Amino acid sequence: MKKRVPLTGNAAAAEAMRQINPDVVAAYPITPQTEIMMTFAEFVADGLVDTELVTVESEHSAMSACVGAAAAGARVMTATSAQGLALMHEVVYIASALRLPIVMCVVNRALSAPINIHCDHADTMAERDSGWIQIYSETAQEVYDHTILALKLAEHEDVRLPVMVCQDGFITSHGVEPVEVLDDDVVKNFIGEFKPWYPLLDTDNPKTYGALDLFDYYFEHKRQQFEAMKNVPRVYEEAAKELSKITGRQYPKVEGFFLDDADYVIVVMSSTAGTTKYVVKEMRKEGKKVGLLKVRLYRPFPKEEIASLLDGRKAVAVLDRAYSIGAEAPLFCEIKSALYDAKVKPQLASYVYGLGGRDTPPSLIRSVFEDLISGNISKEEKYLGVRE
Amino acid sequence: MALTVRDLLKREERFSYGHRLCPGCGAALTARLVMLAVNEPVVVSCATGCLEVSTTIFPYTAWRVPWIHNAFENAAATISGVEAAYKALKKKGKIDKDIKFIAFGGDGGTYDIGFQALSGALERGHDFLYICYNNEGYMNTGAQRSGGTPMCADTTTAPAGKVIPGKMQWRKDLTTIVAGHHIPYVAQTTLHNPLDLVNKVRKAIETPGPAFINVLAPCVRFWRVNPADMIKICKLAVDTCFWPVFEIVNDEWKLSYKPKEKKPIEEFLKVQGRFRHLFTPENRHLIDEIQKHVDREWSFVLKMCGETQ
Repeated sequence: MKKRVPLTGNAAAAEAMRQINPDVVAAYPITPQTEIMMTFAEFVADGLVDTELVTVESEHSAMSACVGAAAAGARVMTATSAQGLALMHEVVYIASALRLPIVMCVVNRALSAPINIHCDHADTMAERDSGWIQIYSETAQEVYDHTILALKLAEHEDVRLPVMVCQDGFITSHGVEPVEVLDDDVVKNFIGEFKPWYPLLDTDNPKTYGALDLFDYYFEHKRQQFEAMKNVPRVYEEAAKELSKITGRQYPKVEGFFLDDADYVIVVMSSTAGTTKYVVKEMRKEGKKVGLLKVRLYRPFPKEEIASLLDGRKAVAVLDRAYSIGAEAPLFCEIKSALYDAKVKPQLASYVYGLGGRDTPPSLIRSVFEDLISGNISKEEKYLGVRE
Repeated sequence: MALTVRDLLKREERFSYGHRLCPGCGAALTARLVMLAVNEPVVVSCATGCLEVSTTIFPYTAWRVPWIHNAFENAAATISGVEAAYKALKKKGKIDKDIKFIAFGGDGGTYDIGFQALSGALERGHDFLYICYNNEGYMNTGAQRSGGTPMCADTTTAPAGKVIPGKMQWRKDLTTIVAGHHIPYVAQTTLHNPLDLVNKVRKAIETPGPAFINVLAPCVRFWRVNPADMIKICKLAVDTCFWPVFEIVNDEWKLSYKPKEKKPIEEFLKVQGRFRHLFTPENRHLIDEIQKHVDREWSFVLKMCGETQ
């Protein structure tokens, strides 16, 4: 029996974690993620989960303990934001290279300086090359669904990679939405029992984790990681299909909205996709052929799907809630790269928006579509909603 | 019951031969003795450092027990995770045996970069033993000074030059700092007597909760001593009271060894190349200052242990 309950994005993540009932959670407080851990700590205190909650003294130790616990053979989850993720950075790479299927709920927040607690995607974009799978969520419902999906994906034998489930700080994490929650047993059956591969706790079969790997082996081991990531799209599709059967909702790697006949397209991730949908509907009423392409799975990057969906459009604007100072913004850069092989290349525009939680109302999204329609397109990166 | 050498000889070497640590390396002997002392099922985590890089060069490993290296500063956090996983899986009935947990770190990975992770793990009360193999500097990267390097030692980042005679700060007293966490077992020792370390490890591993042992483990290469003299240097460290050996069981301090006759600190310093520059007339006052400091630290330990001079 599915039930519809009002949940914030953070509460949705915590609820998914309760149902997953991981063996170990190691985490450290940071705004706007803290609520996930506080809610989960209540579940632990009330005996609703069997989890060992390791309340570490930093995010660096959070990810370090997650690596230790996952290598030991446990099902492991954590959560963080911004500075916390940046502090973890060193160990984020180690988690993926040791092929540990950790699931981390990331509540996106701007990176210092200046210090800011609100949303942008600079924190997870800084980890885009780390070998983690990254899934971006538009709504609290998606946070819930993606968290359960992520666990299944991470623990698949052909994947064995960690996953970040991203949601927008405050916008999604603290906004209450109706969320359809599955029965505990349904989630339990969907994720199944975790069978670790070479657990440290199997003391009769000792294994060495994290050996020194020099020029004679390092490259081959990295290559294996690349290969594992190549398996993700197939496994993702299988797992998403299975979850869809239960929830009735779809989880395509990239999602179109009024895309089929759209001449002018905005590409965007997370909560701003919701705002864009509203604007697309409004402008469609005015007869404008506008549409949205939402990127859900950002790592591995669904290059072919994106290329085929954008091929032949008149103009495409890519909205990045992140930046690469001195180069093109990350999502734009990758969309542009994906379109290299397109038969009819659309005109492309790059917009950086919403840094540090700057509000991005429908009027701004409309202005982007109007730029595309009127041909106000340049090669210059534009900054949406900034005071010049 | 205390272990004897005869007991140890019957045991399997769990830290095996074939590693690539230097002859006479204090870290190697420390690891070997610790792993001889612990014959229960055990998982080891190891900080980046000499012990890690020289024992697990892929595709080889010197460890006959489950072993994990994560990064430099997180051996204690990593073992926290392993131990938490053990508790969780035991609770769920997925593991039935008793398993012990050990973390190894050098002084760089313990006094300095790994200090926060160590303190956190001690405060959280994980059931594990942390061994600091203290060779008084960043020896893996070529003898840089650490918070554990003693005053006036010649290191590559605090070299003995024409104006500055080596490191110009006193080392921090990590064992006392750890004792401030009021964990059930803390000890300090060196390799002057292998059974002292072995039996401290036994007590530590049998004590539920966190335990910490600070082992002065000479680096023959960068202390610039004859590899064959490693044990002799350790004996001088305890006989000059440069490195008092003691244990703290539930906040009760107990001296493990008191030299019949306390030797002057020169005896310890003069056999090591890293202190050679002190033996000139103009640097005599530095040896006097070091002696005063050693005396003060020794008095503190005696006082804590309820001993008289």
